[in-house]
Parts: sequence; structure tokens; C-alpha cells
Amino acid sequence: MSKTSSGTLYRGREGMWSWVGHRVTGVVIFLFLLVHVLDTALVRVDASAYDAVIATYKNPLMALGETALVAAILFHAFNGLRLILVDFWKQGTKYQRQLLWGVIGVWVVVFAGFAIRHLSLAFGGH
Amino acid sequence: MSAEIAAPRSQRIDPKYVRGPKSRSSFEMLAWLFMRLSGVVLVVLIFGHLIANLLTGTGINALSFGFVAGKWASPIWQFWDLALLWLAMLHGTNGVRTIINDYAEKHATRAWLKGVLYVSTIFIIVLGSLVIFTFDPCVVNSPLPQC
Repeated sequence: MSKTSSGTLYRGREGMWSWVGHRVTGVVIFLFLLVHVLDTALVRVDASAYDAVIATYKNPLMALGETALVAAILFHAFNGLRLILVDFWKQGTKYQRQLLWGVIGVWVVVFAGFAIRHLSLAFGGH
Repeated sequence: MSAEIAAPRSQRIDPKYVRGPKSRSSFEMLAWLFMRLSGVVLVVLIFGHLIANLLTGTGINALSFGFVAGKWASPIWQFWDLALLWLAMLHGTNGVRTIINDYAEKHATRAWLKGVLYVSTIFIIVLGSLVIFTFDPCVVNSPLPQC
């Protein structure tokens, strides 16, 4: 990073990295959304074809993918709420860093809960 | 040290930085506002979607054609999924539009990428809406007993 960036409030710090994370997770979620509408559309074509595609979501490798996807969704959701606070709450810009650490804290707790539940269901061998 | 510093917005912008005629349209402000409003609603819709489909009962193991048919027997879930489809697609499309505007520097590249984006968005929204509105529990190979 260039020396000119030292002393700026935003570049290379929490504000910038949360922005990068928001973009990356947003694109990932959008791409999955396109696929997800297409796979769900199979319910209108053939019930067993739909079940066959859904069965691929149940294998362990895909379960890890789903867990990663939910990790992205949770970050995007909580950081999105932070963004709204930064834009609309009077003290938002002042506390944007603290808010990011709050986002990360909530994210860790909720993600851990989801991952334990989803992975134990997916690997549980029903 | 007596260099004159003009007041901001005093029209002393180097011509190479002038960005064309000022738009009086409030589209970008409305798009900005839509991202915040739809974002809040999407948090509720997506969390509900994940809880109902992945966290309750046997979670992902229960997903099947019958599961979807059971949900869409209720107008509440039909509306839930329709709202989710429209809001998520429009929110995501506007996000990707912003990213294209930021990184695609050539006018033609921007136009092409956004064209592909908008065509895909319309296709997915129309397809998804048709699937919800015309859902048939007795579609080909339906396992449901009443069929």
C-alpha cells in the first residue's frame, strides 16, 4: 500500500475490507440465486427430476458448500444492517468500526449455530 | 502562499473531468434506497427460508418434491417465496449493476454486461414467478397419493 494512504480513515481498514467482503459475498449469493431458481423450476417439469437434483445437494461435499454459502449470506445480512445504520443513524459513521466488530461477533455466533446444526443433519446419515 | 482557492462548485472544473449533462432523474437515489429497504425485508425472508428448509425437522434430508408441494399448499409460503424471488433478484441485479459500472471502463463493455445481466434477471424472475403461480402438485412423476 502506498504511503499516501496512511492516516486516511477508510482505505485499507475496517471500512474498506467490509466493503470488499460485502461485494464478494453479494456476487456469490447472486450466482447461487440464479442456479437455485433454475433447480427449483424443475418442480414444474418433473417431480423425480427435481428430487434427483435435490439429492445432489445432500451429499457431504455439497453440505460444506451450503455451509459456506450461508456464511456468505450471514455476513452480507449483518453487514448490510450495519451499512443501513452507517447511512441512517446519526452516530453511524462515528461507530462504523465498532459496528463491524459487532457484525463479526454476531456472525461467529449465528454461523457456528447454523454450521453445527446443518452439518450434523447432513452428515448424520438419515 | 497566496494562491487563490476557489469556492467549491464554482464551475472551475477542468473540462476533462466534466461528466456530461447533469441528470435530473432520481433513479440512482431510488436504487440506493431500494437496496436498504429490500435488504431489511430480505434478512427476514431469507432467515425464515433457511430456518424452515434447513434447520427444522430433519433439515436438508426432508427436502423433496413433496416438501415443496406441502409448502406451496399454503398461500403464505407462496407469497413468501414470490416476494423472496422478486426482492432478491432485484437487489442482486442492482448490486451487480453497480459492480459493472465500477469496473467495466469501456462504454461498450458496460452496455454488453448490463444487457446480459438484465436479460438474465427478467428470465429468472418470469420463470420463477410462473413456477410459483402455475405449480401443479400432480406434475409428471408426482409421488403424491392424490394424483
